[in-house]
Amino acid sequence: MDQLIRLLGYAFVQNAIAAGIVIAIVSGIVSRFVVARNMAFAVHALAELGFTGAAGAILLGTSPEIGLLVGTTITAMFIGALGVRVRERDAVVGVVLAFGLGLGVLFITLYPHYASEALNILFGTITGVSISDVLLLLAIGVVTLVAMAVVYRPLTFATVDPEVAEARGVPVRALAVVFLLIMAAAVAEAVQIIGVLLILTLLITPGASAERLTARPGRATVYSVAIALVCVLGGILLALITNVAVSVFVTSLSFVIYLGARFVVGPTLLGREQRRRDVGAGGEGAAAAS
Amino acid sequence: MAESVAEQNRPVSVRFSDATLDYHDRRVWTDLSLEFQEPSFVAILGPNGSGKTSLLRVILGLTPLSGGTVEVLGEAPRRGNPGIGYVPQHQSFDQDLPLRGRDLVQLGIDGHRWGIGRPSAAARRQVSEVIEAVEATAYADAPIGRLSGGEQQRLRIAQAIVGDPRLLLCDEPLASLDLHHQQEITDLIGGWQKRTGRTVLFVTHDVNPILSMVDRVLFVVNGRWAAGTPDEVLTSERMSDLYGSHVDVIRVHGRVLVVSDSTGSGFELEEPHHLPEIHAGGGPGGGSGSGTGSRIEP
Repeated sequence: MDQLIRLLGYAFVQNAIAAGIVIAIVSGIVSRFVVARNMAFAVHALAELGFTGAAGAILLGTSPEIGLLVGTTITAMFIGALGVRVRERDAVVGVVLAFGLGLGVLFITLYPHYASEALNILFGTITGVSISDVLLLLAIGVVTLVAMAVVYRPLTFATVDPEVAEARGVPVRALAVVFLLIMAAAVAEAVQIIGVLLILTLLITPGASAERLTARPGRATVYSVAIALVCVLGGILLALITNVAVSVFVTSLSFVIYLGARFVVGPTLLGREQRRRDVGAGGEGAAAAS
Repeated sequence: MAESVAEQNRPVSVRFSDATLDYHDRRVWTDLSLEFQEPSFVAILGPNGSGKTSLLRVILGLTPLSGGTVEVLGEAPRRGNPGIGYVPQHQSFDQDLPLRGRDLVQLGIDGHRWGIGRPSAAARRQVSEVIEAVEATAYADAPIGRLSGGEQQRLRIAQAIVGDPRLLLCDEPLASLDLHHQQEITDLIGGWQKRTGRTVLFVTHDVNPILSMVDRVLFVVNGRWAAGTPDEVLTSERMSDLYGSHVDVIRVHGRVLVVSDSTGSGFELEEPHHLPEIHAGGGPGGGSGSGTGSRIEP
């Protein structure tokens, strides 16, 4: 405990925690929609092509963080332009993913030195972030959150009920592209902590766990953010104490939370929501819920 | 037709003038000229692929006409017209989707607006009232994906009427419901229409569940159409004319059956799902009865 308090005094730890909070909030909100829109594969593609962008940036001698964001954004635009319809989306993602990752391999091969920065991108590097990195993450995070706040309600409508949303004038197609761009920014952020290969632990698991805890959409988003915060901050602290990589703890925590939400806490919480309803509705709802 | 004088003063819900719709290279329907006044309950009938859903999309402002004009509630069609309510074909929600019926209805009020949006107390009361009106209060707080098809459809109707629309569009709302639930949903929509005196356009491939409340019928087949009261349109002569081949319209036990020689099936004629080519002439057979009000293209 003393050790932990001493560690918290270091600037690099404070930077990591500040960055982690921003990243967790963004991931928690975005993951709700990633789950509801079945976009796990797209998230994975964005992350891997973020790696290509970072590798390209390293080759050119510029910032890998910027390269990462450029990579995810270009990929999002490709997916958005080629396949917004669900039916064609997975195929398009696969096509773009394969080609882009090939480019990444090329960039690494061309790089004359051992590409340790590229490896960091693959597995995450949160404890290495400088104050300028934190500011960059913070800026991207704020822009993402503002964009998310603007589209939150129509995006919810377009996600759960696309036909009626379209009939009510919601620009369903345009929102699909906007959400891809938001995902691109969220992925570029989350990769800083957990790396390309483990991206789904922050962009799927919080949303998937939250779904098991409540039937209320707003509450599910709050839960999702809370879960992401626990995973990220818990992961950073455990990593500091044990000297094992952050991503190990973030993935373990999120997995345990998912199992707990699905099999232990979820049934109780959902049950409690239902019971309160049954009291109000004179018990008639029990049959409807079964 | 003593009502003709009164009809002049009734507001027009939808008016088509020489409207034509092409889909890719196919002519879906052509020279559609008709109007529906308030209040009316209109059944839009016809085989699959005859452009019934396209007709709704035109009214919703989602698909532009290829020719002619359409007027919806006195203006050109536009996306998100608040005067229109829309009930889609029944599609189940995912079981684990964190969404209650109450939330679905709420989206009907403000789901199209930007921002995060916490519903006001007034909006919440409005939602509760409409849920009460469709008798869905008992299950409005359950996850919507766990409800039965009939219960989900009730909530969809609540969502469509919560904004007090002047025009309610229903696209096969009875599909995949059993007979009992079909009757419930029909009564719900019919009751709303009678109470409010608004106009309902009800797309269906089977007119029987709604026959008692329908006052106008629009029948679309292979690019041709016929409109009028059910008694005017649903006759052997009119239907044979429209299909371009001999068709019998039989009324048994208060039900209408449209039976053709070739298929031998009831109203849900398994039409070939093709649409007429633009240059293919007037469809199958030698139907020439434009005098009855159905028009034959080109």
